[in-house]
Amino acid sequence: MNAAAEFKKDATRITRDLRHRALIQTALGKYVVARDAKKSKFQNWQEARQTAAEIKWDAINHLDKHLIQFAEKLEAHGGKVHWASNAEQAREIILKIVADKKARAIIKSKVMTGEEIHLNDALEKAGFEVVESDLGEYIVQLRHEAPYHFVFPAMHLTRGEISDLFQKELGTAPTDSPEELTMIARRVLRGKYIAADIGISGANFAIAETGMVSITENEGNARLTCALPKVHITLMGIEKVLPRLDDLALFLPMLGTAGAGQAITCYNSLYGGPRQPGESDGPEEFHVVLLDNKRTHLLADPEQRDALHCIRCGACLNVCPIYKNIGGHAYGTTYQGPIGSVITPHLRGLQDWKHLSFASSLCGACTSACPVKIDLHHHLLQSRRNARGQKPLWWEKTAFKMFAVVANSAFIWNTIKPLARLGQIFHPLIKATLLDPARVWTATRELPKVAPQTFKEYWRTRK
Amino acid sequence: MKITLFIPCFIDMCYPKTGISIVQIFEKLGHTVECPEKIACCGQPAFNSGYWDEARLVAEPVLKGLREAEAVVIASGSCGAMVKKFYPPLFEKTAYEQEAKELAAKTWEFSDFLVNKLSVTDLGASFPAKVTIHDGCHGLRELGTTKQPPRTLLSHVRGLELVEMAEAETCCGFGGTFSAKFPMISTAMGEVKCASAIESGADYIVSNDSSCLMHIQGLLDRQGKKIKTIHLAEVLTSQL
Repeated sequence: MNAAAEFKKDATRITRDLRHRALIQTALGKYVVARDAKKSKFQNWQEARQTAAEIKWDAINHLDKHLIQFAEKLEAHGGKVHWASNAEQAREIILKIVADKKARAIIKSKVMTGEEIHLNDALEKAGFEVVESDLGEYIVQLRHEAPYHFVFPAMHLTRGEISDLFQKELGTAPTDSPEELTMIARRVLRGKYIAADIGISGANFAIAETGMVSITENEGNARLTCALPKVHITLMGIEKVLPRLDDLALFLPMLGTAGAGQAITCYNSLYGGPRQPGESDGPEEFHVVLLDNKRTHLLADPEQRDALHCIRCGACLNVCPIYKNIGGHAYGTTYQGPIGSVITPHLRGLQDWKHLSFASSLCGACTSACPVKIDLHHHLLQSRRNARGQKPLWWEKTAFKMFAVVANSAFIWNTIKPLARLGQIFHPLIKATLLDPARVWTATRELPKVAPQTFKEYWRTRK
Repeated sequence: MKITLFIPCFIDMCYPKTGISIVQIFEKLGHTVECPEKIACCGQPAFNSGYWDEARLVAEPVLKGLREAEAVVIASGSCGAMVKKFYPPLFEKTAYEQEAKELAAKTWEFSDFLVNKLSVTDLGASFPAKVTIHDGCHGLRELGTTKQPPRTLLSHVRGLELVEMAEAETCCGFGGTFSAKFPMISTAMGEVKCASAIESGADYIVSNDSSCLMHIQGLLDRQGKKIKTIHLAEVLTSQL
């Protein structure tokens, strides 16, 4: 089955799952309340968004300059920068580092680019043990499934389901307490940090000015992942760069607010290379893998390149009525929700992923919520145009051409009115059956009735 | 002033009362109303489906038909957004580029026009019922001008009690061709909307966007729910 058919099948199934609907609506309802409370702490949220958009515009439009500056600064502090054009190269680079170190165990903090390049699979196939240390990621790893949301990977699970999972996989006693569940994961994970030879993280931002990687998290797991193992690897997309250290003064509270309704996330750390002489901790080796993987393809599109401004806060998912009804797994993408629907066609092919741009009511809630003002829902419209421009559906194109003929001829327009009235007398006989041409609508909804006197008929009688 | 009405295709066909109410309102206020016979549709279905050439086939007669208009009022936020926000990019680099911009500049959504252009807030209507508002997405976020006007207008209607629903700003799931391409997602979104409206305790769901109301009413009818939809203009022409 192709991606579009699979999407439709999964989405249709999940929209009928009322338990799922209630769970997600409740969780994201709480998010909106918390986010609005924290947004009000900004002197002017709209101005903050505008400033953030301008900083990212500068960052992305001068990406060449900023990336080189970042790499030079980081290497001056003893870090090693690797450039990966695609997923395969990135995996090879990481596998080589891991193999050179004769590593056995690897600990990871959340790294969505790792999901993007299927890093865990590659490492496990090569014989390494890989453990996710972010609680949500750890849970979905135990379930052998993909993250449900790129910020809240396990938000589709209840406490009971997590307790059952831990009981089955870890042999722990059942509990309904979130604190106890966290402590169970913590006990297991502490041992893994100590045993790990390699720590792999993502990056929330990369600071060109100082050559530093900025990581934001709530659990402290990224700090342990970065500090304890002897070798650290950061895998990040090239769009993560920010020009100046000062930019974080805006972006850190913005990420916390838009992403999780927090004034600022609990832990915000900057890493600028391996352990320096005289320092008591930190890794001996510090690698950064900069991943393109078709991001430059998006950069080349002047209409949509602002999608590279994304700071992966997840705000667009959290307000998206499509996401809230179909959930994260139906997308079948690394990045779910509106931003995923915009960038996936660029990263993985327009014709294979265009269905995501059609699977939107274009309500624009995402664009209003985006802290860096990505024109998300208009990009969906543009992708529809690009997809149909390349490869029109002949019957659809013909139908719209015919509609234009009907709409542009007052005579035909007025003739179809009595025909429609006649049609609706007989329609109940076939309504919602396979014979009903309007079945996609009538399976769940009533059709409106053609009025006995249309507006234009009324208008003519007046004249 | 002379007001030109753009009556969208589905309002013409299925909701003439909405159009008639708008005519009554403007005439009561002493304005001249005209409605060009030759304009049927704004072209949004083709545009949103990615067929911009075909959308232009429908939109060109709209541009020509409204060329002489002083002010154009559209009874639906969605069609209003099409003309006001999407005609300029649709006709970019065509012979109609300038004309599309001019039309966009003189086009108004109905409630915004009443409150912000004509400075009218009280039409002497009475509608003794509990109502809740559905903010149509296109008016709310695309035009960005329709959050307050319906509320201002309803606040002057005698006997009307406004109760806001939690999901007032959430999409009803219609989305034009989306409702046919992904009927189950569309339906689920509509169900969330209807549940929120019912929870508000309202008797009526009022909106300035008939296309959303068509979707919401379609769901309510199928489910046998008592709550009814009604266009803002019809509330504003109601008398005891």
